Amino acid sequence: MSLCSVRRLSAFYGDFQVLFDVDLEIEEGRTVAIIGANGAGKTTLLRSVTGVLTPAADSIHFAGRPIAGLPAHTIVALGIAMTPEGRRLFPSLSVEENLMMGAYAGRRGPWTLKRVYGLFPVLAERRRMPAVVLSGGEQQMVAIGRALMSNPRLLLCDEISLGLAPVVIKSIYEAFPAIEAEGTTLVIVEQDIGRALAMADTVTCLQEGRVTLVGQPKQFSRADITAAYFGT
Amino acid sequence: MSFFDLVDPILQGLLLGGLYALFAIGLSLTFGIMRMVNIAHGDIIILAAYVTLVVVNQFGIYPLAAVAVVIPVLALFGYLLQRVLLNPVLGDDILPPLLVTFGLSVIIQNLLLVVFSADSMGVHAGAIQTASISLGGGLAVGWLPLVIFIVAVLVITSLELLFAHTKLGRAFRATSDDQTMAQLMGINNRHLYAVATALAFGVTAIAGVFLAVRTTFVPTLGPSKLLVAFEVVIIGGMGSLWGTLAGAMLVGIAQAIGFRYDSGSGILAGHLVFLAVLLLRPQGLIARTRDL
Repeated sequence: MSLCSVRRLSAFYGDFQVLFDVDLEIEEGRTVAIIGANGAGKTTLLRSVTGVLTPAADSIHFAGRPIAGLPAHTIVALGIAMTPEGRRLFPSLSVEENLMMGAYAGRRGPWTLKRVYGLFPVLAERRRMPAVVLSGGEQQMVAIGRALMSNPRLLLCDEISLGLAPVVIKSIYEAFPAIEAEGTTLVIVEQDIGRALAMADTVTCLQEGRVTLVGQPKQFSRADITAAYFGT
Repeated sequence: MSFFDLVDPILQGLLLGGLYALFAIGLSLTFGIMRMVNIAHGDIIILAAYVTLVVVNQFGIYPLAAVAVVIPVLALFGYLLQRVLLNPVLGDDILPPLLVTFGLSVIIQNLLLVVFSADSMGVHAGAIQTASISLGGGLAVGWLPLVIFIVAVLVITSLELLFAHTKLGRAFRATSDDQTMAQLMGINNRHLYAVATALAFGVTAIAGVFLAVRTTFVPTLGPSKLLVAFEVVIIGGMGSLWGTLAGAMLVGIAQAIGFRYDSGSGILAGHLVFLAVLLLRPQGLIARTRDL
C-alpha cells in the first residue's frame, strides 16, 4: 500500500527552479533510497514533504490524504519525521530535552525515552549534557532518537553518514532494523551510494532536479547508476 | 562622607532595580524568543498603568489587587497583537517589526492623550505608598519598593522554572535556537510567538501597576521607560533574566548615587554606567552563550 506519493512536484527558491516534475512512490514497510550528487534536489524534496517548503496543492499525498500546503507542525503530527542534514540539534537543550522535543506533537506509539535509550545506550549516559558537546556520531543518534520520539510512520533520514567515521556510520545503521521492526518506513537520502543501495528496497536517483532512475537496486548495473548520478 | 551617605543610595538603588527589572523582562522575553525588538514596549508599560487607573476608578478595588485584572487584559492584548499585526511581519529581515512597533508606539501614546489628556495621573494605594521600615542608623526602606523588589525576584524565579522544567519552556528555547526545526517538532510557531508576547505583556502589566502606584504618569512617558528597559537588558546580558535583575540593580544604584549628589544628574549617571558596560563588557554582566 502506498504510504506517501509525490506526483509531479516542482519546487523553487525564488525564481530558481530546483525540482522538475519529480515523482516518488513510498510503499509502507519498504525502504526507499534517494541518491544524487550535491545540488540534485534531494534535500529540497524532503523539505517539501515535511512542509518546510510549500509545494503546489495535490502534489503530495500521505496515508491517503493530500498534505501539500499543510504547515510543518501539522505534518509531523500526521506521522512524518525527519533527521535533517547537519543534525540541527537544539544547542541550548540537553540531550534528554532534545529527545523530549521530538515528542512535542504528542503522537502515541512504541517510541519513548526509555526505548530510545535502549536503542542508543550511550545517550542515556549523556542525557544531562548539552546536546552539542557530544561527538558527531552521538549527535546523529540524538537526531534519530528525536525523530523517533514523534512515533513516525515515515522517517526521512537526510545524509546521516555525512562527516562521520565509517565505524560510527556502521553502528548507526545497525539501529535501523530495530526501527523498521516497529513499523516505521524509512527514506534514506545519501551521497554514499553503496550504503544506501545495500539497505533499500527501491532506489530513486535525482540529477539536477529530475528523476533519472527508479527501481530495485539489483536491477541496475554500476554503470547505469553512474550515468543516472552524474549524467553522461 | 558618613556611613549613611554611602549605604542609603545603594540600598534604595538596589530596590529601585526591582522596578527596572520588571520594566525590562518583557523586552528581554520577546527578543530572546522571537529576536523581535518591541519599540512600543515602554508604551505598553504606560498603557498598563492607565488600565490600572481605569480598573481602580471603575471598580474601586485596591490598586495592587488590580493586577488580577490588568495582567489578563494585557496578556490577551499581547496575544492578539502578535497574531494579527506582528507575526505577518516577522521574518529574516529585522526592520519590518521595528517599524510596526514604532508605529504602534506613536498610536498608543496618541490614543492615551485623546482619552486621558496630557494631565499627569496617579492612583492612591493608601499607607503603603509612604510607609517604611526603619533599619536603624537613619536607614529605612519603603514598603512599596521592597514589595516591588520581592515581586521582581518571584517573577524571575517563576520564569526561570518555566523555561527550565516545562514543555512550554522547552518549546520557547527550541524555537529561539532554531525556528524551522522547532516547527518540524510540531510547534505551531505563530501560536507560540503569540503566547510569548502574552507572557511578556503579562509581566509588563505588573510593571505598569507598580508604576501607577509608585508615581504619577503621563501618556508620553513610554520612550523613557523603553530606554531604561533597553539599558538594563544589555547591561545584564541577553538571554539571562538574573542578569537582567543585576543590570537593573546596577542602573538603580547609579541613579540613586547620582541623585544624591545632584538632583539633575541621577538619570545621566544611569546612562553613563550603561556606556561603561558597553565599552568594558559588551556581552553584559551575565552572558549566556548558546551557540557552540
